Amino acid sequence: MFDFSAQLKQRFAALQSSAPFFSLRYVKQTSQHLSVRKNVAEPPQLSIDEGAMLTVRINGVEAYAATNDLSQRGLQSALEQAEIQARQLAPHSLLDLRDHAVATARADYLSPNLQSAFPSLSDCYALLNAESASVPMDERLVNWQVSLGLENVEQIYLNNAGAEIRQAQRFVFPGLTVTAYDGQDSQTRSLGRENFGQQGGAEVIASCGIIGAAVNVADQALQLVMAPNTPTGPRDLLLTPDQMTLQIHESIGHPLELDRILGDERNYAGTSFVKASDFGSLQYGSSLLNVTFDPEIPEQLASYGFDDDGTPASKQFLIKDGVLVRPLGGTLSQYRSGMEGVANSRASNWNRAPIDRMANLNIEPGDKSMAQLIGGIEHGILMSTNRSWSIDDARNKFQFGCEWGQLIENGELKGVVKNPNYRAISAQFWRNLSAVGDASTFKVLGTPNCGKGEPNQVIRVGHASPACVFASVDVFGGDA
Amino acid sequence: MMSHQAQFKALAEWLHSAVTAEERYTFSYDAEASDFIRFNHAKVRQAGHVQQASVTFKLIAAGRHANLNLTLSGDGEVDRQRLSEALLQLRETLTLLPEDPYLQLNDEAWQSSNVQETPLPDSAHVVEQIARLGEGLDLVGIYAAGPIYRGFASSSGALGWHQANSFNFDWSLFHENGQAVKANYAGHTWTDESFARRFALAREQLAFLGRPAHALTPGQYRAYLAPAALEEVIGMLCWGGFSAQSLADKTSPLQRLYDGHATLSPLVSLNEQVTGSLSPAFSGEGYPRMDLSLVAEGVARDRMIDSRSAAEYGLVANGAGWGESPSALSMEGGSLALDEVLKALGTGLYISNLWYLNFSDRTAGRITGMTRFATFWVEDGQIKAPVNTMRFDDSLFALLGTALEQLTTERELLLSTSTYSQRQTASNLLPGALLSGLTLTL
Repeated sequence: MFDFSAQLKQRFAALQSSAPFFSLRYVKQTSQHLSVRKNVAEPPQLSIDEGAMLTVRINGVEAYAATNDLSQRGLQSALEQAEIQARQLAPHSLLDLRDHAVATARADYLSPNLQSAFPSLSDCYALLNAESASVPMDERLVNWQVSLGLENVEQIYLNNAGAEIRQAQRFVFPGLTVTAYDGQDSQTRSLGRENFGQQGGAEVIASCGIIGAAVNVADQALQLVMAPNTPTGPRDLLLTPDQMTLQIHESIGHPLELDRILGDERNYAGTSFVKASDFGSLQYGSSLLNVTFDPEIPEQLASYGFDDDGTPASKQFLIKDGVLVRPLGGTLSQYRSGMEGVANSRASNWNRAPIDRMANLNIEPGDKSMAQLIGGIEHGILMSTNRSWSIDDARNKFQFGCEWGQLIENGELKGVVKNPNYRAISAQFWRNLSAVGDASTFKVLGTPNCGKGEPNQVIRVGHASPACVFASVDVFGGDA
Repeated sequence: MMSHQAQFKALAEWLHSAVTAEERYTFSYDAEASDFIRFNHAKVRQAGHVQQASVTFKLIAAGRHANLNLTLSGDGEVDRQRLSEALLQLRETLTLLPEDPYLQLNDEAWQSSNVQETPLPDSAHVVEQIARLGEGLDLVGIYAAGPIYRGFASSSGALGWHQANSFNFDWSLFHENGQAVKANYAGHTWTDESFARRFALAREQLAFLGRPAHALTPGQYRAYLAPAALEEVIGMLCWGGFSAQSLADKTSPLQRLYDGHATLSPLVSLNEQVTGSLSPAFSGEGYPRMDLSLVAEGVARDRMIDSRSAAEYGLVANGAGWGESPSALSMEGGSLALDEVLKALGTGLYISNLWYLNFSDRTAGRITGMTRFATFWVEDGQIKAPVNTMRFDDSLFALLGTALEQLTTERELLLSTSTYSQRQTASNLLPGALLSGLTLTL
């Protein structure tokens, strides 16, 4: 671990610069993605990637240069390139960062169980093969796939103010998907994949639940393909955590990103229906809604000690008892806006610069068991596992679709329905939050695929949530 | 310092000498040197330069294969050492794998070379131009520019090289009421005059956005989709629509089209037009990419087939890349002149851009998405007012079928602005589309 650390520090110390402030962020990522599709092992996809970003600040203007050349000459060259750009573009710079404080922390952060060995490639394939082979023989099951992703990331941040932050993390992404087809319609049921990932070791495979799950997942795909379409009309909506992740992500996370509110993302990811003046007063949701930025659940995907600008991370409420209190903004956005934020300045890799990102964005548990949530619904529907997402650029009008639907009548779960979709408006939807599940319904989930930024960046984010009920939401099915 | 092409060739030659007689390989190379300059409020928000290079190395032996993506340093000796270690790692990995029944290699020793070295302007000059034209405006966007390199070599003697300088300035102009117009200036040859003309067009549209917005309720409306808006709809077809594997797995949104249970409008002809496009003439797995007729006059024709699908389904690989998705899609134009669009629309929506599309029902080809940027309400052929963001939910078989009235004669070449991991080379050549109805839902 941190094999390159001593050499990198030496090279950083030897860099020559006239810039009052400069920093280096080194990232090494190795990954292994395995998959077995219809009982055939697909070729493994392995990756070894490393590089560094040099950032300078001259007369309050920042610029960066990222390089794959980690030699002394390569790092020096990148530093000089950043200096030239900072000077050239100074007359047109939006920001004057002369008074913006820089990081000084010195610390290490490690994923849980990082020292424990991960199963060998052979053992991983044996697990995937066994799960794939347990999918029942049924000609309606036209496709299935079991997968396992493993990513090891080492990051070292150094600056000329003395900061030295090292973080080593291991991410695990198990997944299982089965497609059923009846000659007219196809339906896919999945577990894990884009809806699940955690930090840790082999225990993450077990906590995802894919071991021994193939029979049940295949059965649910067959149930779906035989099920009627979701009926149209308003119903109380019970979302399980594997849909709550997407709901939180799109209609709380993105609108609260401070760089969007400041206008940086208007050409690509979009703006926000939330205004800077809303913080401290806007009733974002019902009084049952408590949302936190929480980097302190060790296994969650975006738990870390420091963000990529070197700011120490700690748990903060963003929405307290339904009232909006704090945005998702790193120190740069805080400096620009004069608002308090969180440590969420993050980059997808060494070749992209940090910007405001979600990290772990969670809903705190309430006091209702799953039985109580269902029992409290007279005319409703349960939806699980996101499969479709669409929302406007201000993150207000949304339409989301799930894999699994089940009607609820008079407090009881009834028949399965397919193609469950719902649409609403963020600014109103969370105010209809009518019940929040307790800790027994709470799951720590996340996705590796949050896209944002120019140039584009895709990053891992964590979302933990209980099951939640929303009153009177417009739901509808598909065409098939 | 060696050129990228020389570095690539040196590594490929070393690899050729390092493998045994029983081993085979494919070796693809991706590199770029890019300036990325972000703008907000017509000022530089964030600026930087990225230099990166990597290879994807597939080792094959005894019917087994594994892939390793490896970042290079640019130093020949260091990179040979990295490649040597990668070779050992892949050899060890292969011993742990079963034979792959779907392994299929292209044995052709094809050769391909495309080098375009048109000089790019200095980025500082471009920033000056943008600042000059954007003065007093609320401009936000990104300028991305620099050379892109792609290479391919195989143990069968195939050798491909693609090198091109390009720039892409993608920006929006915002009115103080929050409405905005989107614009793009991209290609190989920057001229201040061409940029100024493109900028002036966007600025003209901005003037319309100052009018009070026209409120719409959910319902069905006549609509014109400008090429950039149609690109989003066509983009949904590319989510597995033409993929041989998705079609076999019954998850393609064009399943009904390819199964012969539905057709699109006879106006719709879609081709994967590699010849003359800006993307490499070879796929990452080492097949020459073929020009394909995907849809002809509304009827399904070719599908995108990579080597794995070819082996699994008994098809012939045609150079499809990752995901079997088109990356040089060309849609044939129609007979509607651009200056006749508003008259032909009559009363309805002029939609410049759509945003964030996804499926409401994938198997049925039903999609949803949002309007975004410069959407106007038109009455009797006259632009009356901007329209606030609206959601649509409709069938691909309506939008490109029963509801499609006309396509414009003129087509627009839309170059990808995507920069996930690296700058992309995909493009779409598309007309505008006049629709008799588009269903708005929220």
